[in-house]
This record gives sequence, C-alpha cells and structure tokens, in this order.
Amino acid sequence: MINMQKRLGKHTVNIEKPVYIISTAALAGKKEGEGPLKDYFDYIADDIMFGEKSWEKAESKFFKKAFDMALKKSGKTYNDIDYMLSGDLLNQCGGSTFGLRDFKIPFLGIYGACSTFGEAISIGSMLIDGGFAQNVLCGAGSHFCSAEKQFRFPLELGTQRPPTATWTVTGAGAVVLSSKGKGPKVTCITTGKIIDMGIKDAANMGAAMAGAACDVISAHFKETGRKPDYYDVVATGDLGEVGKALLKKYLAEENIIFKNNITDCGLEIFDNEKQDTHSGGSGCACSAVTFSGYYYKQLTQNKIKRILLIPTGALINTDISQQGETIPSIAHAVAIEME
Amino acid sequence: MEYLKAFITGGIICIIGQILIDKTKLTSARILVLFVVAGCILGGLGIYEYIYNFGGSGATVPLTGFGYLLSKGVIEEVDKIGFLGAFTGGLKASAGGISIAVLFSLLAAIIFKPKEK
Amino acid sequence: MDTSESKKKEYQKSVKNLSPNSPIIKNCIWAFFSGGAICTFGQILNNYFKSLSFGEDNTALLVNIVLIGMSAVLTGFGLYSKMGKHCGAGTIVPITGFANSMVSPSIEFKTQGFILGLGAKMFTVAGPVIVYGITTSIIVGIAHYFLAG
Repeated sequence: MINMQKRLGKHTVNIEKPVYIISTAALAGKKEGEGPLKDYFDYIADDIMFGEKSWEKAESKFFKKAFDMALKKSGKTYNDIDYMLSGDLLNQCGGSTFGLRDFKIPFLGIYGACSTFGEAISIGSMLIDGGFAQNVLCGAGSHFCSAEKQFRFPLELGTQRPPTATWTVTGAGAVVLSSKGKGPKVTCITTGKIIDMGIKDAANMGAAMAGAACDVISAHFKETGRKPDYYDVVATGDLGEVGKALLKKYLAEENIIFKNNITDCGLEIFDNEKQDTHSGGSGCACSAVTFSGYYYKQLTQNKIKRILLIPTGALINTDISQQGETIPSIAHAVAIEME
Repeated sequence: MEYLKAFITGGIICIIGQILIDKTKLTSARILVLFVVAGCILGGLGIYEYIYNFGGSGATVPLTGFGYLLSKGVIEEVDKIGFLGAFTGGLKASAGGISIAVLFSLLAAIIFKPKEK
Repeated sequence: MDTSESKKKEYQKSVKNLSPNSPIIKNCIWAFFSGGAICTFGQILNNYFKSLSFGEDNTALLVNIVLIGMSAVLTGFGLYSKMGKHCGAGTIVPITGFANSMVSPSIEFKTQGFILGLGAKMFTVAGPVIVYGITTSIIVGIAHYFLAG
C-alpha cells in the first residue's frame, strides 16, 4: 500500500516527519573564491591541485574535507551517521569513493551528473522519513580540470570555448540531514524524469538541461498545488544564461510565470563578464557549493524562508555521445523551508 | 614582399579554419585532419604547388603544408622507385617533423606540470 | 515537458535563437593576424637558414624544429592555450597547433604513467591526423603511379 499522504503525485513526495539540515560545508576552488559568493564559503583552496599530485586526487580531497567539516559543524560523530550519499562526475564516482573511503560509514554512491546534490538530499530525506536513518550525510562535488580532462580536451590545448559553454565549478558541498535538531527543513521532493530534447552540442549543456528543469518544475507546482511566488527563491543548478532563458520561455508556455524569484546557481557563483565563464558555472559542485555556502546561510539568517532547489544534470556518456547520440538530461527539485 | 605574401596566405588559410570551427562546430581535431587531407589531395592534383610558389612559408607552416609535404614526398618516391614508393614516400618526407614533435612532446611532459586554464 | 518529435524540433529552433553565436568576424580577424604572423615568422626562419646555406630540405626541417620547439615551450608554460583562446584557428591550423595537440595531452596524462598515459594519449589528436594524412598520401602515390607513370 502506498501512503497517499506521502505521495502527492507521480513525481512528488511530501516529507512528513521533520528532516532538518543541521549543518553544511562549502569548499571551493580559487576561481570560485574570487567570485561573488566568496564570503559564504567555509574554505577556499588557494591551489587547484589542493596540495595533491593530480586533479583527481585533489577532487577526492575536496570531498573528504567537505564531509569532515559538515560533520564537525553538526556536532555529530562518525558513529551517529547512518548513511552517506555522494556522487560526482568522474568515472565510477571516483571523486566520492576515493575521498570518502576512510569514513567507515555505510555508503550509497549515486550518479545524476550535475543534479547529484539534489538526488542525494532527496534520497537522504526519504531514508529519514521512512524511519531507516536518523542522520544522513549528503554531498556532491566536481573539479574543473578533471572534468575537462574526462569530458573534453586537454587544458593546454589551444581551443576556443563558444559563448554557450559553461565552466565546471571546483569544490564540494556537504550537508548533514537529521531527524532532530535545528535548521531549515526538507519538506517536499519532486524527482525528475529523464528528458531528451535532442540536443547534441556538448558545448551547450544549458540547452540540453532546460527541458528537464522545465518538466520537473511544472510537475512540482502541479502536484503540490503551490504557486511560483510560494518560494522566495527558485534556483536551478547549472543552466547558465542560455538554459535559463529557455527555461523561462517553456515555463511560460505552461503558465508558470516567475517574477524575480527565479535564478540559477551557475549565474550566482561566477561573474560571467569579469571571470570569463561564458554562459555560467556548472558541475556537481555548482549547486552543492552554492546551496551549502550561500542559500543555507540565507535561510538560517532568515533572509529567505523558502527555497526550491533544482540541481540539473546532463547525462553525458562520452563513448555514447561519440556514437552520435543526443544528450539526455535530468533535474530534481527539493523544497527547503524555515519554520 | 615575400613576408607579406606569407602573411596573407597563412592568414587566409587560418580564416578558412576559423569559419569551419564557428559555423560547423567541428572540433580542432577534425579541422586538423581535414586540413592535412585537403593539403595532400591539392598537392597530388598539383594545385598546392601554386599556393606554395606564391605564399612560401604561408603555405608550408599551416597543416595543409604538412599534407602537401606528404604528397610531394610520395610523388617523388614513386617517380624514383616505382609503385612501392606509394607506401614509403609520404612518411619518409614527413619523418623529421613527426619525430621532432614526438621528442618535444615527451620532453615537455617530463619537464612541465599540468596547469589550470 | 512535451517530448514529441515536433516539440523537439521547435525546442531546437528556440535553442538556436537563444544561444549567442560565436563572434565570427572578430574570431576571423584574430585568426588572420595570428596565423599570418606565425607563417611570417616561419618565412623569416626559412630565409635565415637558407642564408646559412642549408639545402631546401634541411631548411624546412630546421624551421619545423624551431616552430615545434617554441610551441612545446609555450604549451608547457600554459601560454599556448591562452593564445588559442583569442586566436582560434590562427593557432590551431599552423604546425605549432599540431605540436600543441601532441604536447598538451602528453603533459596532462603523465599522471597516468609513461606508457598508457603519456605515450598513448600523445596521439589523441595527432594520431588521426597522421592516420588520414598517410592514407591519403598512399592513395595519391598510387594514383600518381597509374595516371602519371
């Protein structure tokens, strides 16, 4: 029997029992640390290598530090945490698994490309609401250099980035979810479907993902009955300028119209003009770091009361893309509210 | 005058590449392949000779020049030793360039560390 | 989101309209002057080595050594990619761009070891260039044998 108080519709569930985000940690790279959100990060690495020998190892270190720091700030110990949920862009979630291998906490590795942070909070909240866990550690991260190396060309290769390209955020964000405590609550989760609008251009991920974001946002409002102005902020993950424009156009077609409360983490984290990041920031770390650093503080300081966070992901597989396939995309919406 | 001709010839060949990049979204790897193949075919047809005579280094420095070198080498070798020259001439003519590029790549990789953009 | 074929087509059209185009005129100007400059530099080297009475073949080889060497050093210091950002095809199409395409993956994949990292990845871009260049030259050679021979 499905609990109809919990299930609001095909995509959306209500988190009945309180799930608090009791602490967060946002670790960022140097470039992010020079951007508009620099004052909100817990730690800024001054070197892209983070004192390691390779970018992949640096990425793992971001995970380790972010998870450690979130745990420390929550006042919990390793033994208090029932599950750990994490993912990243590297093959086989290498950033997470290598960074977190010493934690000795039951681990669920997840992959939703740049939407992973939303997926982690979604599953973590359901685990707590389902009574399977009291405390869950969730996070996601990415690294500009290791992502470029895996998905595109060597960094020293003299290529031009088109204006539609986005810039992978370096860093990691982690949150501690708990059934008891203080902080903003996860109240509602809308899980997105895989949407493929037939975009092939890997240098225009925002366009590939906007369809998925539109789908999940319209499902969220339909199934919850909420209106766009219910939220102080509706923040997509990493659509960038191009994706945001597309999203607004297609939401308007479904009669979902925002005033000024819609934004994109990729547009918050960088100053595109000054930092030469073209369409905006991207990567798992984009929404993870922006939420854990910036929006979490906005919530706890009561500057905003309700946020709908929608991390977006382009489910690219380099081998399959080279076979001529289009880019499937996904987005997950998480409603987070202060009491 | 010689320098101006080299400048203009090389510049125009690069503009063709740029238009291909911006209009067709071809990656740089595809552009390079295309240019070598085009240079080789134009060389085989005897057309690139004219571009070379006009532009000098403006025709040999771009990758089309690499293709031209392949075609020139293979034609010379076929004239010299016959049919089997078709299999050796191209690589023979370009052996120096390729060897140097391999050596320098190896040395650079040993000396330098990867950098952020 | 409606994902019917007709909607997808309409969506792709909107993507085209809403995506800023590459500034092609500006890019072409950069490509022309940077590519032209590299070729002129090649011509200067060419004339210099010729004046030292190297033969034609040796001169061509020496010019390549200098250009490839310079590209390797600039790539190593991370400068070639900075130039490439503005110059585009102007730094991709010349032989220096070919060298850059070999040096850059070599440096980057060194962390995966000297054999399957550096050694193999050196040819990610240059490999196809050599494969199709040589194949074309063989075809040209065979055609020359039968048609002109």
